[in-house]
Amino acid sequence: MTANSESDAERLLAALPVIDADTNARLHARLVAKAERDGVLDIAYRTLDSPVGTLLVAATGQGLLRVAYAREDHDSVLAMLAGAVSPRILRAPHRLDEVSRQIDEYFRRERTAFDVPLDFRLSTGFRRNVLAHLPRITYGSTQSYAQVAAAAGSPKAVRAVGTACATNPLPVVVPCHRVVRSDGSSGGYVGGTEAKRTLLTLEAA
Amino acid sequence: MRPFEQIVTEYGPTVLRVCRAVLGGVDAEDAWSDTFLAALTAYPALPGDANVEAWLVTIAHRKAIDIHRSRARRPIAVERLPEPTATTGRPEEWDGDLWRALTALPHKQRFAVAYHYIAGLPYKDVAAITGGSTDAARRAAADGIRTLRAAYAEASATPSPADQRGQS
Repeated sequence: MTANSESDAERLLAALPVIDADTNARLHARLVAKAERDGVLDIAYRTLDSPVGTLLVAATGQGLLRVAYAREDHDSVLAMLAGAVSPRILRAPHRLDEVSRQIDEYFRRERTAFDVPLDFRLSTGFRRNVLAHLPRITYGSTQSYAQVAAAAGSPKAVRAVGTACATNPLPVVVPCHRVVRSDGSSGGYVGGTEAKRTLLTLEAA
Repeated sequence: MRPFEQIVTEYGPTVLRVCRAVLGGVDAEDAWSDTFLAALTAYPALPGDANVEAWLVTIAHRKAIDIHRSRARRPIAVERLPEPTATTGRPEEWDGDLWRALTALPHKQRFAVAYHYIAGLPYKDVAAITGGSTDAARRAAADGIRTLRAAYAEASATPSPADQRGQS
């Protein structure tokens, strides 16, 4: 076939209709349902709007795996999850219904603690001990990095507590925002200091 | 390795067009679902340098063959294509006829046209999927396009699509 008739044929087939958005959405929903049924949807995710920007929430079959701020770049976060956990990842809102509802309630001040299964596999060792302690800092209160270090069993590991908070894979739900500097200033935050202030102000009201 | 969601977004529409071309509208969505479910299942083992589109079309081809076989076991009446709807002959309403003309092509030609012209795979890859030589794939695609062009000329000339065009 000559190059000319090649492009001719391409023009001919360009007359085929494009796939419309409804069809795409319907097929995607079907794929998600079948993947869930067959147990091959390793990570489901969705995004949700909040007063601290668009949050990405992702869950395995075991529980909530990741909450990510927009500044973390959601595409990068999903790429990281593909490498660290599994690339079998689909946008599948249904698995995140419950946690999304609870996050909404939290931001409406109708909820002071989260009650969803958590998948801590992205954290190991001391960092995991720190994260396990954080839900015990009650809503509306704060602890210093030094207090958290002591509570996690290593009073001298103040810097490591800072690292554990900065790399918390489950911000908002696991309340690393309640860990502040000993002088009372808020300190750094994975979602940015502005977001940390927003959360602490929300809880103080 | 990219999250599978990106694979669906990037290749989903093309694979659906391929499925429509080789199966017609009725079974295309089943083939698409079967293809992407199988792809999701096998995805973690896919080599990093694999041609994702050729891989998806290979799976889609197998699913299409499966559906063709199960169709062959069904009564003939089921296979009858839906009656074409009335048309004014305007070009934008002609694409339904193009799908029909595609599904009326002999299998080899239909596969070659779909995989080369719709999926954009080189003839070498088309041949690897359908079996046979690269030249045979090229010839099958050329023959298919010739028939489609004839059907197109006929459709452009005659506003009524009720004839059985494209049955070469």
